[in-house]
Amino acid sequence: MATVLEAGANEGRSTDNTPEAVVVRFAGDSGDGMQLTGGQFTLSTALAGNDLATFPDFPAEIRAPQGTLFGVSAFQINFGSTEISTAGDQPDVLVAMNPAALKTNVGQLKAGGLIIADSGEFNKRNLEKAKYESNPLEDGSLAKWNLLAFDISKLTMESVKPFGLGNKEALRCKNMWTLGLALWMFDRPRQPLIDWLNTKFAKNKVLADANIAALNAGHAYGETAEIGGQVKKLHIEAAPQTPGLYRTITGADAISLGLIAGAQLAELPLFFGGYPITPASAILHNLAKLKEFGVTTFQAEDEIAAVASAIGASYAGSLGVTSSSGPGIALKTEAIGLAVMTELPLVIVNSQRGGPSTGLPTKTEQSDLYQAVYGRNGDTPLPVIAARSPADAFDCAIEACRLAVQFMTPVMLLTDGYIGNAAEPWKVPDPESFTPFPAKFLEENNNPDGKVLPYKRDENGVRPWIKPGTPDLMHRIGGIEKAPDTGDLDYSPATHQLQTDARKAKVDGIANHIPAQEVSQGTQSGKLALVGWGSTYGAIHQAVRRARAKGLDVSHIHIRHIWPMPANLGDLLRGYDKIIVPEMNTGQLKTVLRDQYLVDARPLNKVSGQPFTIAEIEAAIEAALA
Amino acid sequence: MNEMTAIKTTLKDWESDQEVRWCPGCGDYAILKAVQRTLPELGADPAKTVFVSGIGCSSRFPYYVSSYGFHTIHGRAPAFATGLKLANPELDVWLVTGDGDGMSIGGNHTMHFLRRNINSQILLFNNEIYGLTKGQYSPTSREGTSSPTTPLGSVDRPMQPCAFALGAGARFIARGFDTSKNLGEVLKAAHAHQGAAFVEIFQNCIVYNKDRFADFTEKAVADTRQLWLKDGEPMLFNKGTQGLRLNTDHLHLEIVDVVDGDWQAVGVLVHDVKNRSIAHMLVELPMALFPVALGVIYDDPRPTYESALLGQDAVAREGKVANLAKLLAKGQTWTVQPEDQGPLSGV
Repeated sequence: MATVLEAGANEGRSTDNTPEAVVVRFAGDSGDGMQLTGGQFTLSTALAGNDLATFPDFPAEIRAPQGTLFGVSAFQINFGSTEISTAGDQPDVLVAMNPAALKTNVGQLKAGGLIIADSGEFNKRNLEKAKYESNPLEDGSLAKWNLLAFDISKLTMESVKPFGLGNKEALRCKNMWTLGLALWMFDRPRQPLIDWLNTKFAKNKVLADANIAALNAGHAYGETAEIGGQVKKLHIEAAPQTPGLYRTITGADAISLGLIAGAQLAELPLFFGGYPITPASAILHNLAKLKEFGVTTFQAEDEIAAVASAIGASYAGSLGVTSSSGPGIALKTEAIGLAVMTELPLVIVNSQRGGPSTGLPTKTEQSDLYQAVYGRNGDTPLPVIAARSPADAFDCAIEACRLAVQFMTPVMLLTDGYIGNAAEPWKVPDPESFTPFPAKFLEENNNPDGKVLPYKRDENGVRPWIKPGTPDLMHRIGGIEKAPDTGDLDYSPATHQLQTDARKAKVDGIANHIPAQEVSQGTQSGKLALVGWGSTYGAIHQAVRRARAKGLDVSHIHIRHIWPMPANLGDLLRGYDKIIVPEMNTGQLKTVLRDQYLVDARPLNKVSGQPFTIAEIEAAIEAALA
Repeated sequence: MNEMTAIKTTLKDWESDQEVRWCPGCGDYAILKAVQRTLPELGADPAKTVFVSGIGCSSRFPYYVSSYGFHTIHGRAPAFATGLKLANPELDVWLVTGDGDGMSIGGNHTMHFLRRNINSQILLFNNEIYGLTKGQYSPTSREGTSSPTTPLGSVDRPMQPCAFALGAGARFIARGFDTSKNLGEVLKAAHAHQGAAFVEIFQNCIVYNKDRFADFTEKAVADTRQLWLKDGEPMLFNKGTQGLRLNTDHLHLEIVDVVDGDWQAVGVLVHDVKNRSIAHMLVELPMALFPVALGVIYDDPRPTYESALLGQDAVAREGKVANLAKLLAKGQTWTVQPEDQGPLSGV
């Protein structure tokens, strides 16, 4: 039951020129460079000291036909002087590079919001492609918004004229022109962009200069009197932040760095077996460039070979990692079962996307929780962790490595397309502050009176890790049920019972080696708890913040350890009269909570491929407490 | 195989304490013995030897060899072995697979493993049937094979594992059969090859496909039905009275009679293990009309995947220091100072 948005439901910004937070959405053709524009605007925003969150929203097609509705690519950024944890509900400003971009995005624009449109693209052909019967820039249909339309195409062409580019190349500079205008509007510095353009086009000085000229022209356009009074220069104050060194980071980057840090803390070489899939490929791309960190990357022939090679590497004594999104994880499932059975470390990253099947490759969803927790043949438990934001993904990747190595188990790390692509400021951590968890290998026979016991468990139920190549410890492992201690093939009824129980007890016991569940906002008991996981964190956090500011008794519990859950979670949940679980699926965590704790957890679901808005969750809180 | 220090072992050192669970009379017993007998001759070190297998009768093999062993999942042994070799190229890896495991469910991995050329020995036990699942026809079963899933006889044409391997880019192809006294020599040649060495071993499934290969493996027909190839030697069989020559008009192999041992006179081919075109012809000889080409059919090493990849990685690492703190702070950064809680400088 997704809540319906009321027009203009947003609040939290004043009407003067120093608003608390502003949401800007850049939308254009997928070939217009919107993701690039958004990314660079993000960087300049971070440099201006604003807190921010972004939401890239692009089509599955690499170059969808020009001007079409399904070819629209958009990038939204929410930035401001208060804490920002979502990409924002409704944009305050929409930059529409063509009619299709306007049509697909204007519905979400706040009433009274500003539209900047490239009138040069609103020709007959493009209007037809966008299925407009008349030109919306002229027919009054945009009356509820502030409209600013001018011929960005023509202005761009003029600004780059001195460089003698062809028409096509000249028009490519449009995104820089627009960015220049946006930078002026929000008082962002141009220099980082100029530096970046000079680096990007180091080999083609003309292109660098042309793009810089377009950027400057857009900026100058805003500054000169050529435009009316609607565009007010908006200055957003810097958000208060903990002192320290900051950078922006996307979820995919954070996971890559977290895996490298995790392998270093485990004192292991990192082996990454992957197969290209949206939106998980970025991790393989990143790691392939970081060989000096003891990383081996392998692009396998398919998803199965990717996970199998990672398990093979773990067997040899590396930290094996594989990553994919839902459809690929499904293919890896049998091999993950083998890693559970043989009890080898393995980290599996699932960048969730909309499903089932191919589903929505570039859109976000949290619908693989069942798959992560339950989706294997047999009784096959493994720990599951979920990241809540790009920055949090770094810590989660380290935690996944820790559990895998310390408990000789595959660990599933859930992230999603939204976290993977989105950026946020990140306080750069000091590696000295991390706690190492060095891997231990068995090098002497643990059974001096006889043959080595590869499945002899320690007090946590963990078996020793023995590298092939170690003298005198030769043994065989495999997917068939095995006798305790020796690991010899044994599928007698008593053995299977005992080993199934032992594997379960080991994973259940991890609950005692993870942090206790905390209440991230609010009180330890009360009328209502919102229990979330993954990337809905930001929207829930802000909704609870607003509701609490209105005096409502609501708390926010965010679960990172999905399986096993923290030992105190059941008692904590029982302290609330009502529990709502907002999820971008049809109620998967809700089912697990009900099953584990017999609590009356109620679902709040959305599966549109778009993240929750704060208003949707706020409305659910108000309804529950009415 | 890898360069290694020879270790002194005996057949006994390679026998594990596990009870061998194949059907009595299964050809797998003979192959197991041949491998266990050959390993000491190779000077192999049990601690550095790993047998990796998939699923099927043949894939139980690792349990019976007293080295390291990994019994994985159906068809995927090559993928596990790839990770194993990339993580530790020093290990001497043997893959044990079958016609179902390696050519059907795992055909894709076999193909890419051979294409990449991972240094290892692949022993494909071909019994032309699914044994462990009780006798269904396999991708190598001959046309008309009657089985529980093809009660009217199979209609699809079988594949040739060696032709598949050559097509995938394998640099070593050999053939033998379970009870052959020459199997040890074939295994030694495979082990000596630097790269992925593909060995097809015809194996008798006593229960579901009994004596399928008897028409060329039986002693009584060995002379006329087996062509044992040796590099640099003429392709002769039937006690040297017959040989193979290349019909250059139609570009195929044909049988010629050799009189008084003068094979040169009738143009019998001299086996050249580096001749890929002839190798293709040898593995595709119709079994009914020609003797079966056995021994080392093709052997022409190329650099292995792991040496290329790890070599490239080593070059990429040269002169670079793995500084995690620097990596984390990469790109454009800014500093928030304690006194103003606002940005001061872009770095």
